[in-house]
Formats: sequence, structure tokens, C-alpha cells
Amino acid sequence: MSVSMSISEKLLARAAGVDAVRPGEFVTCKLDLVLANDITAPIAIDQFYEMGGREVFDRDKITLVADHSTPNKDIKSAQLVKKMRDFAAVQGLPNYFEGGGCGIEHILIPDEGLALPGDVIIGADSHTCTYGAVGAFSTGVGSTDAGAAMATGETWFRVPAGLKFVIEGSLGKWVGGKDIILYTIGQIGVDGALYKSMEFAGSAVRNLPMADRFTICNMAIEAGGKNGVIAPDATTEEYVKPRATRAYEMLASDEGADYEQVFAWKAEDIEPQISFPHLPENARGLSEVGEVNIDQAVVGACTNGRLEDLRIAAGVLSGRTVARGVRCIIIPGSHDIHLQATREGLVETFLSAGCMVSTPTCGPCLGGHMGVLADGERAIATTNRNFVGRMGHPGSEVYLANPAIAAASAVAGKICGPDDL
Amino acid sequence: MTRGKAHKYGDHVDTDAIIPARYLMTTDPDELAEHCMEDIDIDFVKKVQPGDIIVAGKNFGCGSSREHAPIAIKAAGVSCVIAANFARIFYRNAFNIGLPIIEQPQAAAEIKVGDELEVDIDNGIIRDLTGGGEWTFSALKGPVADLIEAGGLVNLTRSKLGADG
Repeated sequence: MSVSMSISEKLLARAAGVDAVRPGEFVTCKLDLVLANDITAPIAIDQFYEMGGREVFDRDKITLVADHSTPNKDIKSAQLVKKMRDFAAVQGLPNYFEGGGCGIEHILIPDEGLALPGDVIIGADSHTCTYGAVGAFSTGVGSTDAGAAMATGETWFRVPAGLKFVIEGSLGKWVGGKDIILYTIGQIGVDGALYKSMEFAGSAVRNLPMADRFTICNMAIEAGGKNGVIAPDATTEEYVKPRATRAYEMLASDEGADYEQVFAWKAEDIEPQISFPHLPENARGLSEVGEVNIDQAVVGACTNGRLEDLRIAAGVLSGRTVARGVRCIIIPGSHDIHLQATREGLVETFLSAGCMVSTPTCGPCLGGHMGVLADGERAIATTNRNFVGRMGHPGSEVYLANPAIAAASAVAGKICGPDDL
Repeated sequence: MTRGKAHKYGDHVDTDAIIPARYLMTTDPDELAEHCMEDIDIDFVKKVQPGDIIVAGKNFGCGSSREHAPIAIKAAGVSCVIAANFARIFYRNAFNIGLPIIEQPQAAAEIKVGDELEVDIDNGIIRDLTGGGEWTFSALKGPVADLIEAGGLVNLTRSKLGADG
């Protein structure tokens, strides 16, 4: 009889060329995709050559995305992007993205059909765990690991123990994937899944569109998780099929798969969640927030910059005006999303409400540019981190929330939900 | 054998604290080192002496995958980091670039700021010369042991690529 495995274990076993793997075991896996961005690729490139690398292992399996400091914010960032661009040209990489047609890597890559069910993926960006939403094993690494993988096409993993989160029931109004993951991190803490796999299941997850599933898996790292994953289903297939240009395999966890712990949340218990400074685990239900005035609201990032997120924000902002003294910055996650948002009239809604609409960039999420905070300023943001100084001055504060809450807060000038307007 | 003073921090020291993103526009280790720990300890760079040791609580290095974090720590002159445990990307990055890190929760809890420490990495012993404590840690196994043996992932991959032809 074959061993029962979770989807994460199956994905690793498959890429390692073995029948089964168990938590704690070390495996070497063939990689389907290796990615890096304008912050991490320059070091990966140096290390690639330092290791004696000459040609990448497979030109189609390397993706480089200029998204963090782009459009280049200063001379130094321009030099870093140039280094990545030159490398992509020398190596002949078809999947190099910059400028028009670009986007935030974790939104762009699955939208381009480059991350598929069954894949094992590493990326020199911690939010590489996002692609678990299509049923891949995907995890963040540093630049040297990415550089080595660009040369060899493989890397080692310690098979993680599994945590399963089963969320049953119907989510309330203004509650989505962001709230599920903030609630989860609030329950288990920012190291609650350290070195572990986080699998999300249950009817509330099954009923979510892809956008929300990406949001959930995106923030697995904020609980310390090695990967986040949702077993692919009809919703996944509908998303993946028109985008894929190669074969993919949709795997599922076995009935008897072993998990270190199984958590059960009731969807009805989950309010819109706000994570207070300075850790994502400081999540509170909207009703427990109290009076928190804001200076800035950001809707965007690899967490919540998808078209569905913009539609929600526009729905709240339509016919309303951003509060005096508040800067509301909307960042579509990719060029295509920006274009579609323009066609649907969302961009006009944002501009009419007094928002600023930016070209796709990670920008403010990491305090890079396009919305950096001053000492004592507060932002509500759909981003994924609220560490000290994350969006700017170490004396500033970031509150994490979903797009509906961020948009409503921009109108009110303080943290609130759309129903409070 | 390495010897230095302890610089102590709490739980969940994130990589934005180790090296804020506003300084990531360079890959130069010395330039990164100038801003090491800046947002949680503005005087760290002034205080740190070659060989000093960072001691922290759990989940050290959480957050971003930026390798600039262990690079900055190493270039600041820190000889090793002792913590209750480490976030997993930082853990890999440290071994990849040859920054020694040690998981020893008891030592991490008991060592005090400014204590003079002696770390014998080969034999797995931490001695607190000020406080008198002594703790052991066991040698690592698997791929991490190979990384330590090779002196980092660059060397390991170079020999692998060379061997493969």
C-alpha cells in the first residue's frame, strides 16, 4: 500500500524523483521555476558567476521581474535594474519583465502562466509562497540559493511538517482571503508555522476566487511558513488553463495524510481583520479597533493588487471622496490589471474620489518609494508587513487590512469599514 | 574559537530591522554594514567590535528574503548569531554566505547585554565569561553540514559544477 501524503509532500516527492517523502527528510528537487527581482537578482547574478556559472540551466525556467524600485527611483536602483536587464539579455531569457507589460512579480507570474499546478518553485523573494494558490510547492529563498539554482536547476529542502487550516462556513460581508490569513496569523503567531507547510482547505476556501487564494498563500511566510498551499480544483483550472503553455498536474492531499496539527476556523467568526503595528500577528476584528486616525491608505502590493481587489476598493470609493489630509494610493498589480481597471472605469472612480493611481510597483510596501511615511505618520495598507519602519520612518505605523477596509478608511480618515460610512 | 561581546535583542527581529529596505540599493557589504540594525538599535554600528556576537530570541531574521541582512551582519564584524531559533530563509542565507548561526534557546535567554562570550563552533560550546554560563549545541546534519564543510554555497556549487564538467 502506498504512503498517504499531503499535497506539499507529493509535490516535493515528485520533483525529487522518489515515491514518497516524510517530514524532516532532506530532498533535492528539480525546479520548474527560479525567480528574482531587482533587489535580489543583482546578488544572485554575482553569485551565479562566482560559482562558475556560465549559462542558466534552462532559459524558460528563469523569470526576472523589475518591480521593487521601478520605475527606477534613483541612480542606484537604475544600476541594479540595468544589471538584471543585461544578465537577461546575455542569457537570452524570454521571461524578463520591466516597464510596460511588467507588474508585481507575484501577481504577474501566475497571470502569465509561469507558475502552474504541480510545480516546485523557488524565488529570491519571501512572498514566492504565493503560488501555492495554484497547487505548486513554492517558497522564498535568498539570492545565493537563487543563483545556485539558476546554474544547477535544483535545490535542497527539508520536507516540512504540515499544518492544516480548515475553514468551514460562509464569510461575512467585507470579509475575504486577507481576513482569513490575518486571522490565522493572529491565532498562531508570526512563528506559528516556522519551518512548516500551511495547507488551507474547507468550504470557505473552496468558495473563494483565485485572487483571495493568492492573498492567503502570499502571507504564509508571515506566520513563518515554508509554503502555503491550496489544493487545485475547478476554480484553479479555470484560471490556469487559458494561461498555461506547458503541461501541469493538479495534485491533492490524500485522505490519510498526516499533519502535525489541524486547525478549524468558523468562517462566521472572522470579522474584517486589522493587524496593528508592528507585527502581522497583532490582528483584531474591526469591531475592536477603536479610534485610529490615518494619514495614508494604500491599496495594492502582491497581497491585494489584483483586479478583484481594485473592484472592491472602487465599489467602496464610488461616489465618495477621500478625507482631507489623507493620501490614498492605488497600485494595480500589473500593466494588464491597470489596463483592465481603466477599461472598467475603476481608474476613473479612483481619480474622481481623489485617489492617486500609480503604475505597478512594490514601492511603498517596503518603504521604497511612491508613498513613504514620515515620523509619526500612520497608514492603513493592503500590504503584508507592518514591521518597524516597513513603509518609511521607524517612527511611522502600518495597519494591515483588506481593500474594502483600506478604501473605507481613506474616506473616513480613520480606520473603519464600508458600513460605517 | 571566536570571542566577543553580546549585543542582545528580543523575539522576531525582522530583516527590515537588520537592514532597512531604504539601504538596499547597493550590494556592497561594507555599505550595508553601515546601517546594520539601524531601526531597532541606532548605535549598533558605533558599538560593535570585530568578533562581537548578536544574541536574540525566537524567529530571528523573519520577513523579507533579503540576503543583504546576513551580509550586513557579517560585514559589520559580527562573528556569529545565537538565537532561540531562526526564520527559515535567514537560516539558509546565513549558511549559504558563511555567517555562523547557532540555535540555543537557553543561552539566548540567559546571556546578558555586554557579556563577554566565547564560542567554540567546532566543538559546539558557548561560554559566558561574564555570567559564568556554559551551553552546548550539536553539530548540524544534512545539506547544512555540507555547506559548513564547503564554506558556503558558492564553494559547494563551484565544486559541483566543476565535477559535472
